[in-house]
Amino acid sequence: MQATQHAGHAGHDDDSHSHGPTGLMRWITTTNHKDIGTMYLWFSFVMFLVGGAMSLVIRAELLSPGLQYVSPEFYNQMLTLHALIMVFGAIMPAFVGFANWMIPLMIGAPDMAFARMNNWSFWLLPPAAILLTSSIFVPGGAAGTGWTLYPPLSIQMGMGMDMAIFAVHILGMSSIMGSINIITTILNMRAPGMTLMKMPMFCWTWLVTAFLLIASMPILAGAVTMLLTDRHFGTSFFNAAGGGDPVLFQHIFWFFGHPEVYIIALPAFGVVSHVIPAFSRKHLFGYTSMVYAIAAIGLISFFVWAHHMYVTGIPLTGQLYFMYATMLIAIPTGVKVFNWVTTMWRGSLSFETPMLFALGFLVLFTIGGLTGLVLAMTAVDIQLQDTYYVVAHFHYVMVAGALFSAYAGLYFWLPKWTGHMYNEGLGKLHFWLSMIFFNIAFFPQHFLGLAGMPRRIPDYAQQFADFNQISTIGSFGFGISQLLVLVVVFKAIKGGAKAEARPWDGARGLEWTVPSPAPHHTFEDPPAFDPAEAHA
Amino acid sequence: MAHCTNRNRDRNRLRFGSMGLLIAGLLGMFSNIASAAWEFGLQDPMTATARHVYELHSLLLWVIVVIFIGVFAVVTWSIIFHRKSKGHKAADFHDNTTVEIVWTIVPTLILIAIAFPATSTLVQMRDTSQPELTIKATGYQWKWGYEYVTGDAAGVKYMSVLSTPREQIENKSPKGEHYLLEVDRPLVVPVGKKVRMLLTASDVIHTWSVPAFAVKADAVPGFLRDTWFRAEKEGTYRGQCSELCGKDHGFMPVVVEVVSVEKYAAWVADQKKEMAAAAEDPAKIWKLDELVARGEKVYAATCAACHQPTGKGLPPVFPALDGSKIVKGPKAAHLDMVLKGKAGTAMAAFGAQMSDTDIAAVVAYERNAWSNKLGEVIQPAEVKALRGK
Amino acid sequence: MSHPAAANRYFVPAPSHWPLVGSLALLLLASGAVLTMNSIANGGFVLMGGFAVLAVMLFGWFGRVIGEAESGSYNLQVDRSFRWAMAWFIFSEVMFFAAFFGALFYVRVLSVPDLASADQALLWDGFKNQWPSAGPAVKDPFTPMHAWGIPAINTLLLLSSGVTVTWAHWGLIANKRQQLIIGLALTILLGLVFISLQAYEYGEAYSHLNLKMTTGVYGSTFYMLTGFHGFHVTLGATMLIVILLRTVKGHFTAERHFAFEAVAWYWHFVDVVWLGLFVVVYWL
Ligand code: HEA
Ligand code: HEA
Ligand code: HEC
Ligand code: CUA
Ligand SMILES: [Cu+2]
Repeated sequence: MQATQHAGHAGHDDDSHSHGPTGLMRWITTTNHKDIGTMYLWFSFVMFLVGGAMSLVIRAELLSPGLQYVSPEFYNQMLTLHALIMVFGAIMPAFVGFANWMIPLMIGAPDMAFARMNNWSFWLLPPAAILLTSSIFVPGGAAGTGWTLYPPLSIQMGMGMDMAIFAVHILGMSSIMGSINIITTILNMRAPGMTLMKMPMFCWTWLVTAFLLIASMPILAGAVTMLLTDRHFGTSFFNAAGGGDPVLFQHIFWFFGHPEVYIIALPAFGVVSHVIPAFSRKHLFGYTSMVYAIAAIGLISFFVWAHHMYVTGIPLTGQLYFMYATMLIAIPTGVKVFNWVTTMWRGSLSFETPMLFALGFLVLFTIGGLTGLVLAMTAVDIQLQDTYYVVAHFHYVMVAGALFSAYAGLYFWLPKWTGHMYNEGLGKLHFWLSMIFFNIAFFPQHFLGLAGMPRRIPDYAQQFADFNQISTIGSFGFGISQLLVLVVVFKAIKGGAKAEARPWDGARGLEWTVPSPAPHHTFEDPPAFDPAEAHA
Repeated sequence: MAHCTNRNRDRNRLRFGSMGLLIAGLLGMFSNIASAAWEFGLQDPMTATARHVYELHSLLLWVIVVIFIGVFAVVTWSIIFHRKSKGHKAADFHDNTTVEIVWTIVPTLILIAIAFPATSTLVQMRDTSQPELTIKATGYQWKWGYEYVTGDAAGVKYMSVLSTPREQIENKSPKGEHYLLEVDRPLVVPVGKKVRMLLTASDVIHTWSVPAFAVKADAVPGFLRDTWFRAEKEGTYRGQCSELCGKDHGFMPVVVEVVSVEKYAAWVADQKKEMAAAAEDPAKIWKLDELVARGEKVYAATCAACHQPTGKGLPPVFPALDGSKIVKGPKAAHLDMVLKGKAGTAMAAFGAQMSDTDIAAVVAYERNAWSNKLGEVIQPAEVKALRGK
Repeated sequence: MSHPAAANRYFVPAPSHWPLVGSLALLLLASGAVLTMNSIANGGFVLMGGFAVLAVMLFGWFGRVIGEAESGSYNLQVDRSFRWAMAWFIFSEVMFFAAFFGALFYVRVLSVPDLASADQALLWDGFKNQWPSAGPAVKDPFTPMHAWGIPAINTLLLLSSGVTVTWAHWGLIANKRQQLIIGLALTILLGLVFISLQAYEYGEAYSHLNLKMTTGVYGSTFYMLTGFHGFHVTLGATMLIVILLRTVKGHFTAERHFAFEAVAWYWHFVDVVWLGLFVVVYWL
């Protein structure tokens, strides 16, 4: 990984006046937001492959009824690690990587507010990843509890569970430091003249996301700390015999967990809010309402958590309250969808890869959001809870939502990072393969869920065989298609058509006023803010 | 942008055509077409509640499909007619308070409209008052224990364990019709009666669920939760444990047999008779081979899931009993482990689930099976003596 | 270091190896803790190694930051950044405590009454709803902690320490170094007395009141909340000691003394958490 990063940046170094250590030490000690962003992105991609490989173990086992390749215990471990790695190791770091690279460029800052701490935020990830992945090999194996870590099952687990708990602590520290950095950078380091309401949308989504992270990650840390003391020090937080309640953990977990899903979704919204206007050659429609919608989503996300707990026996009034609150979230999210659609309306549209992925996001995220609405109805959710319908729902919002949006961002900004245009043909191939295989993999899961197939099972009844087979074929297709990204990125690093400073004629923003590739240091003195580059 | 103008238009049209087809195909699949082999929708409802849920879901499906089509008709229009390659020039507008208000209010109204049926269905689902029969279900790793609390069958109590043979799961023999959805002793309830289920668990959280009744509720250790159903038709209804509960979560089905009131009465009478017959003389003195034979059966039914039929366990999580220090050590410690379990591990306190005789039998079996040839007998009275301690 | 030509530029630190050292420290700490908790040999050594590396990192890193601050590398914009950062850090700490306060609220208002309700009689017959409670199955009798003994004294100590640290701050602003040093020293003293009393209270609880971590939810929430609070007081006191040493060395001016203010904020935060604790853990 290190070697490739370095090769990747050979092209950068000639136009940068970088001083300080070289070679491996450059990456370890760097305080440059671009270097750190690059490391985040590579880390995230490697974790995506690891987490994806685990999902392929899951899908292979589910190819047909019966136990074929793995034992049920191992299946549960794969399931847990797949989810934890994808959420905390792949998707979140990917967007933090974008934030590192782009926020200083977008607001005209020389770097992040705390450049050295920024590097620590990144370097906390590898220890956490080591703890998580190596837990497979310790006696008893990794945690086999699902990513939700519910006690008392998690109390029964072996030392792999403790490793997961400490990994979560370390990831939490990383996220909190990263978020403090982002908030401070955005609030304190904007170019003179760039008011908050003129700030690029990506920065707005990250401002709210960072707030969600600072508010919710400590809650998760608290929850797993109580788990740890219940496991080893005889406390009874989650044990009825001592007056506690296993459901207490679920409340605390989801008080974190629901904001977490918007932590994943909001930066994705931010990227799309740049790509769609650029390729529609129009201003983003309804900037102000977009900002309010983001803030509303962020706020409401703290008050809906128990929609994950409709069958735990919470009182009827609780169920009703959480149902209504959850429905409310559809409104600001709808505002965002409608604004994107109207941005395209009467634009001058072209369909380069970033735009294709943004459109794929739009279609599939909306499907996922709408099935989320179905799940929000308590009575229906009682039928669908813990079935594949839920699995389908969240892969639509997280894979076709967040991941597709990350790809849109990758293709959109790759020329700025490498100085070269990527191969458009390969990019489009990547999009179409992803789009088709994604739907083959996950659409049938709706039917499985409706018919009653529970999630988190390594083996299933015969009537679920056909759709599972289709889903597995789609998953392998989707997974293999993702390797194309590597080809595209390496080709763009090695060469290709030279990218202009502003490779997309419709793109606006300070980031396009610096040369491609972006020099090692940019905006050491604050730039004058040109209203023509404003998003509103 | 040079590479934009020289793109191949025909190829593009083809691509968007195929995207349209894909979307159309997906929408087609969305609708509730039921066919023999391909189940697209919810299972056929068999209670009034389930029917309401079914209808609510159908309503929601229409609402979301219509919203989806509405939104993406506009997108498709833009994609087809507002493209740069057709020379369309971008308009310059980026704010309109009126439309913003409209598309905040219209979704709000839609949501308020669906909130009504959603609320009434839920209120009905949660009404567990005035049951005609109350049954307690306890989730164990990995089986359900049923106990009839009220009615003629009060006191009837048994375990319901997956009956699919191991060979089918390991693909060594062809899978039966109800693969993984069959148990040795299903829950039996009379048709047309309101049955209230009390749910709890002994070890971790399990979920008792029967889709045809729209019933799903967590069984939380240390708490009692309830739900209810009134089955309308005789028949066998199948569901599965729906909360990850460890290794064999996928292997603890729920099977409910709904029978006529007469058949139910006959079944209850049978159960009572069997209970009387099975009531053993706790003072009986057992001989070694009798006891071991009985213990072997208990072991296969209760312990083999973790410690394996071979007694080799699945170390390090599930220890081997063959050659185990505790099994080969003093009786008291061995009995204690089985009676009280070990907190914080999957080893449950089996004292609460099993009779003195069964515990004596299984412990005697373990102490004499595999390479543990201790040749000891354990009498139920010894178990009884240890229980209080 | 910053370019001499651009003295007023936003300070971007030079490459540094401290972050990696810090990560190594955490990896060692986590592995050591996992090994120790699972009684695997040598876990303790790994844990100690982790603490050692962490200490080295903290000295090195903060030493560096102090050097930069004293050499005037930080302009006013950097100073504002530090303020934002400290405020958000304290907010994250508030949320961490919120998880434990939430747990306490939940067990008192929901789970204990529920376990004692008629609905659960089939499982826990005879269990009475009361607080403090160790739950239906913990039979060991215990004596709960009284509010109006040591805890009340501790409240007074922490409240006075809030006053003394503010008095020290006034001294700093008015350039009265003497007042600053005395104020800081008093604050530290009050903090240390608080910690000692807290330790004494724990000793009493274990030896005379039979109040332990294992005493059901009462013991769990009591030790979790007071324990993490005590840990934060210890951290705060340590930081105050560092500030005192720096003051004695002549650091800080009436205008520029962010480090002092950050530690004072933190100290007030710890104070406020205590007030919450005193009311909901000891008193009510
Ligand atoms: C990126 C992540 C993400 C996002 C954005 C969402 C968005 C939403 N989610 Fe989802 N969800 C997850 C990730 C996400 N979810 C995950 C990971 C789980 C499972 C966790 C686990 O158990 O492991 C889950 C589970 C989950 C459940 C629990 C299911 C169960 O376990 O039983 C529910 C129930 O209410 C739910 C609801 C919603 C709703 C209402 C939204 C809304 O925000 C969606 C809003 C969007 C729209 C509605 C579409 C666009 C709007 C319009 C076009 C306007 C017009 C619309 C109307 C008027 C309706 N989600
Ligand atoms: C953002 C998060 C995210 C992402 C991106 C994904 C991506 C994928 N997920 Fe996952 N998933 C979750 C989050 C995510 N998932 C969560 C939270 C759960 C719930 C867990 C729980 O219940 O606790 C879950 C659960 C889950 C299940 C349910 C299992 C069960 O309940 O029993 C399934 C089953 O199909 C699945 C499949 C997939 C697939 C096929 C992908 C694909 O998109 C992945 C595609 C990528 C690849 C396949 C990588 C490509 C690499 C190669 C082809 C080569 C590999 C080579 C080397 C590593 C050298 N996921
Ligand atoms: C759900 C899984 C599970 C089931 C079912 C189970 N056990 Fe266990 N058993 C365990 C675990 C886990 C341990 C290890 C506990 C520990 O960490 O000491 C264990 C330990 C034991 C030991 C001590 C072995 C040793 O060497 O430490 C004995 C004896 C034992 N079980 C007997 C039984 C009997 C008899 C039954 C059936 C009535 C049974 N077990 C059913 C999980 C199970
Ligand atoms: Cu029992 Cu899952
Ligand atoms: Cu949610």
